[in-house]
Amino acid sequence: MQKKKVSRRKFLVRGGLGTLGVLAVGTYVMRSPIRRGIAGALNTGETPYMGNTSSPIIWFEVTTENTIVLHSPKVEMGQGSFTGLAQMAADELDVSMDQIKVVHADSASGNLDGFATGGSTSISTLWVPLRELAATMREMIKNEAALKMNVALESITSENGIFSSDGKTMTYAEAVKGVTEWNVPDTPALKDLKDYKYIGKPIARVDLKDKVFGSPLFGMDATMPDMLYGAVVRPTLIGATYVDADISKAENMPGVVKIVKEKDFVGVVAQSYTEAENAKNAIEATWQVERSWQTSDIESMIEVGKGEPFVIQKQGKSESILEDSEDTITASYKSPIGAHAQLEPNGAVAHVEEDKATIIMSTQVVKITRDEIADRLGLGTDQVNIVPTFLGGGFGRRLHTPNGIQAAVLSKAVGKPVKCFLNRQEEFQNDTFRPPTHHVLKGKLNAEGLIEALEHNVSSGDVAFGSPMVPRIAEPILGADLGAWRGGMIQYGGIPNFRTISWRKKLPFATSWWRSLGLLANTFAVESFIDELAIAAKKNPVEFRLAQIQDNDRGFRLKEVIKAVAEKSGYTDEVIDGRAMGFAASTDVNTPCAQVVEVTVENNKIKVHKVTCAMDPGLAVNPDQVRAQCEGAIIMGISASMFEKMEVENGALTPVIYGPYEMAKLKDAPKEIDVVLLQNADFPGAVGEPPLGPIGAAIANAVFRLTGQRLRELPLKLS
Amino acid sequence: MKISFILNGTDQQVEISDGTTPLLWVIRDILGLKGTKFGCGKAACGACTLHVDKIAIRSCSYPVQLVEGKEVTTIEGLGTEQNPHPVQQAWLEEVVPQCGYCQPGFMMATAALLNQNPNPSEEEIDTAITNVCRCATYYRMRKAIHRAVELNTNDNEPKNV
Repeated sequence: MQKKKVSRRKFLVRGGLGTLGVLAVGTYVMRSPIRRGIAGALNTGETPYMGNTSSPIIWFEVTTENTIVLHSPKVEMGQGSFTGLAQMAADELDVSMDQIKVVHADSASGNLDGFATGGSTSISTLWVPLRELAATMREMIKNEAALKMNVALESITSENGIFSSDGKTMTYAEAVKGVTEWNVPDTPALKDLKDYKYIGKPIARVDLKDKVFGSPLFGMDATMPDMLYGAVVRPTLIGATYVDADISKAENMPGVVKIVKEKDFVGVVAQSYTEAENAKNAIEATWQVERSWQTSDIESMIEVGKGEPFVIQKQGKSESILEDSEDTITASYKSPIGAHAQLEPNGAVAHVEEDKATIIMSTQVVKITRDEIADRLGLGTDQVNIVPTFLGGGFGRRLHTPNGIQAAVLSKAVGKPVKCFLNRQEEFQNDTFRPPTHHVLKGKLNAEGLIEALEHNVSSGDVAFGSPMVPRIAEPILGADLGAWRGGMIQYGGIPNFRTISWRKKLPFATSWWRSLGLLANTFAVESFIDELAIAAKKNPVEFRLAQIQDNDRGFRLKEVIKAVAEKSGYTDEVIDGRAMGFAASTDVNTPCAQVVEVTVENNKIKVHKVTCAMDPGLAVNPDQVRAQCEGAIIMGISASMFEKMEVENGALTPVIYGPYEMAKLKDAPKEIDVVLLQNADFPGAVGEPPLGPIGAAIANAVFRLTGQRLRELPLKLS
Repeated sequence: MKISFILNGTDQQVEISDGTTPLLWVIRDILGLKGTKFGCGKAACGACTLHVDKIAIRSCSYPVQLVEGKEVTTIEGLGTEQNPHPVQQAWLEEVVPQCGYCQPGFMMATAALLNQNPNPSEEEIDTAITNVCRCATYYRMRKAIHRAVELNTNDNEPKNV
């Protein structure tokens, strides 16, 4: 074994209570990863983890109780990745699940993700590096055990955090104790998949008990000693720029500590939350508003044909075939503005001192948030520590969290810790919305009743473009907004001629990442249209698709999920006892997913009774969590497809509260969800977003079979 | 003003200048129990659901002065890891939570429903449980509600989780 001496300087031996060794092996294992573009990350799922590789970073701690603390650079927002990461680490460390505890890496630990937690990449991008880190660490500790036990390294076996050799045993904690200089081996070979005890098993979530017994896990639950409460006056109209504020009434309100006037906002610090809110409401701010926007303005902006087109996919010569033909079928589809509506509001607890700042908050972008706050405070990035917490829902809403800046500025102004978060109206009005979309599809059938040519034009507000995660200079290189066209490409490579064209439209309000990005709307449009073509061809929609899938690995996996869902659901075109089935499929980040829904219509209202879902995410690290993600994504997709819609009225985004912003509730959730998991790849792919793809089109396709009405607009409502 | 009530079985007294302050903020910020969540502040989402005299109420819109002399139960008082409430046991067995933020509110709403109606029909469940879960864990929630009914009525042995 080749050994590299690691100087003590390279190890951040922290004096934390009960901590024996802090292992910073990341630097060595993750040297020189190939950095691919962000587009690759979202499209193929093959992007490497984009973590820090230039300086020592903390991944693992060994405690005196012989447990391992894993510092995760990915945040836990419900997707279950803490559990999957624990399984992966435990299996290569040879410790039990009870012996591993996953925590969020704070930015001071150096274990910073240069990208974000998002795009269904937490497990897939850490699949190789985390197991290699764990295996390397196991060998490093084993090496120390060999020295202390005075036995040959090769004679040692490890299990449940204990080394054994020749009748002697030693815990990892004992082996690590007192070590100041480590031998770092070359990365050991990983175990065979069949030898894993935890990977591939439906293990209960590691955060399950905390979440059932009400532990304070979230940013909203954070406190600091001597903490005050802040509130910031936020705009209620689109495009409003802060000008000035009359604070004379607010200044004398009960509990007020200070009114803070900045160049770009005004806020208040008070003794309690309600006092801060009351004082904020008494501030009379003036805003500059250029225009009073309406929904019709936005709909007009978002039409295909306006803005900048970019061809993102092309095969054959669809343009000339479709232009010259009288048999060309054309249809257009629409999706509305969608709100994130995550339950935990955005907020932060900040403590800013002269030369350092600590900010506890729910965020999907720890590094970007740290850099933004350091910039605003005039501190170095090493003086700002972002302490991420569990997220009360992410869904993309926390891929830009400048709200941390406001808490920090308020804290600095009063010299004490300040907690500041948005109320629900502010959340709705200041969301970074899922952009509305408009789609025009054209298709032509050949003599055999298969698709000769197909074109999808999608016009959307920005998703990835304009985000701090995508530098402005990258936009011309990428050409089209990869978030907007996500899920919009034609997945049936057997069609001889096709094109997908993305039209970019910058809207006057913030639009951004919303779980699955363009997948929800794009799949609704494309898979509804494919259904229209199947009906025009008088073909079964499942067989119609199967006949036009290309012969390669991606095609094979898509075919398999389609066949599996058709078989498990017993798909039929016939309406039986007033119930109709609808079918749709999608491929997202290399994960194919197909769904069949069963719907009825009563009193002109659509009701989804059953969803059968077949998905192939490749290797399922935790099959139960993959199922949970499918179930949740399906119901969230039903919510977005059947109920949710933001409007623009007299310059304001509305509604601003749950209820009027209609969402699926328990009564709307299907009583049967049957998930079939296929695993036709030996690596884990995307899980959290792909199952949002097919649901909208599947419902619309079922409604057509039941009523003859083709619904081409979300949310789906019968006339 | 002084307000006296019982919180999770223990006598509690708070001094507050404004009796219309929502109970939620007294529980969270003065008494330090963070299991009851803020979601909307308008009684529209149910994240702040707790029990006042065994009835589920949305504490973000419930003035603290109304709890004088009453019994308040929050998720922290519903059950413990050693002795979980049947609803919590069912939630563990069905692995319901994802992000988990709304779950205490759902469990409190479910516990109150089963207290009043130990064997609710699907329609009664639909009518009573109107909280919002953005992760949309509703499928497992419904299974967990039925499992809690079983645990309550049949004295079934809890499964190991």
